[in-house]
Amino acid sequence: MHPIVVDIKKKHFTSNSSDHIFTAIENLKFELLENEFTCIIGPSGCGKTTLLNAIAGLDNDFDGSINIKKANPSEHHSSYVFQTPRLLPWRTVMENIQLAAGANHSVPFIINTLQHLGLGNNLNSYPHHLSLGMQRRVAIARAFSVQSRLLLMDEPFVSLDPPTAKKARELLLNLWREKPRNILFVTHDLNEAFELADRILFLSDSPSHVIADVKITSPRPERTPQFLDNFKNKLSIKQPHIHQFL
Amino acid sequence: MMLRSSLFNSTLSLGLLLVLWQLAALSLNSPALPSPLLVLSTLNQAIQSAELLHHLGITLLRLATSFFLAMILGTAIGLILGRHHKLNTFFDSWLIILLNIPALVTIILCYIWFGLIETAAILAVVINKLPNVIVTIREGARNLDDPLIEMAKAYHFGRYKTLVHVILPQLYPYMMASARTGLALIWKIILVVEMLGRSDGMGYQIHLFFQLFDIASIMAYTVSFIVIIQLIETALLKPLDKKTQRWK
Repeated sequence: MHPIVVDIKKKHFTSNSSDHIFTAIENLKFELLENEFTCIIGPSGCGKTTLLNAIAGLDNDFDGSINIKKANPSEHHSSYVFQTPRLLPWRTVMENIQLAAGANHSVPFIINTLQHLGLGNNLNSYPHHLSLGMQRRVAIARAFSVQSRLLLMDEPFVSLDPPTAKKARELLLNLWREKPRNILFVTHDLNEAFELADRILFLSDSPSHVIADVKITSPRPERTPQFLDNFKNKLSIKQPHIHQFL
Repeated sequence: MMLRSSLFNSTLSLGLLLVLWQLAALSLNSPALPSPLLVLSTLNQAIQSAELLHHLGITLLRLATSFFLAMILGTAIGLILGRHHKLNTFFDSWLIILLNIPALVTIILCYIWFGLIETAAILAVVINKLPNVIVTIREGARNLDDPLIEMAKAYHFGRYKTLVHVILPQLYPYMMASARTGLALIWKIILVVEMLGRSDGMGYQIHLFFQLFDIASIMAYTVSFIVIIQLIETALLKPLDKKTQRWK
């Protein structure tokens, strides 16, 4: 029924030197509704990036299945915003995006996306000439320019200073309202998750699985610090086992 | 300003070399060291008679053919060995053997096995150059940026786009390095190849002049060589460098 179903029974790594087996993910299962903004929160090293790589198809070596229904055959499986921008330094902003967007991309759409992110004057810049914050926005524009219904984001604003990160989150939300799709946003910052998400999935320590699935229904402008404090208090009473995150 | 002063400097240093040569030739006054003027007039004659251009052209054609063959093959093999650890450890000893076989041995063996034909000459040069390209490119392939390759995979670049837009730009400095050292190496080998088994080309001519003890001609041919190398460097390699490095 659901357009996107993630069901990983087991994902483990074996180290080369010994027979030691490390189980990163076990029985991790969730579905995504249409155009939902979902944040994933978990302790560091619990396999969040491993999970995203599995969903993106970068790592197929696991038990279980990832099911993403495509609206049309030319649609990509997913698009991915990594922790670092990962732009090709020898290609311009526009070329970077066009390369990723594939054969049937629309130039006006890409330019429009870049303009939404405040990069309208940097179409032909090389990444080296942009600040880190701008490079991250280019990476987001690239992900939105690809036809896919699932956008994976792995702590995309990590190492930005707080005002820049806040600005980037606002731009991301605006763009997402304009061009809606499913977003799976990994973060370790609970406040960031509360600011962005329709829904938050809390992951356990490795082997990780979903330990809480929290919906936030109130509109984003109403999410004042005071509201969030109340929300956290209620949450820690209702779901005491995720107290460590709150 | 920079350009002018560097041009001035190189003219000055070349001029000094010519003056020293002239002085040495004058003081020795022996046919073993002809003066620069004599060499220049010999060069002029050789160009007029079209003899030099004919042999130089043939050598350049051999050079270009073997150079591109060695570069293409070497880049492909180096890339594969650099990316696949198991293959690399298996074939590493082959590479070391190839690297250390004396050029003369490969040349003679090629002529014996394939006959005194053009293919054997080209093959001998390629075999001599190939291992150097492989080793340099392999180093580059080991240092490829894996996160970028992962990005290309996540965005379904496919093999061709990944190669052209992600991998080759990273290998470019290594390819330029092996192109430069490779040209120098091929120049040196190709003359020996021509001397041993061909009836045209610069190597054949220089061998002929050696037998005639025509030192002015040997030096005139060498000068034409140096001019060609300078032309390749300034007209081909430097602009190529500039064009592909503009993003920096």
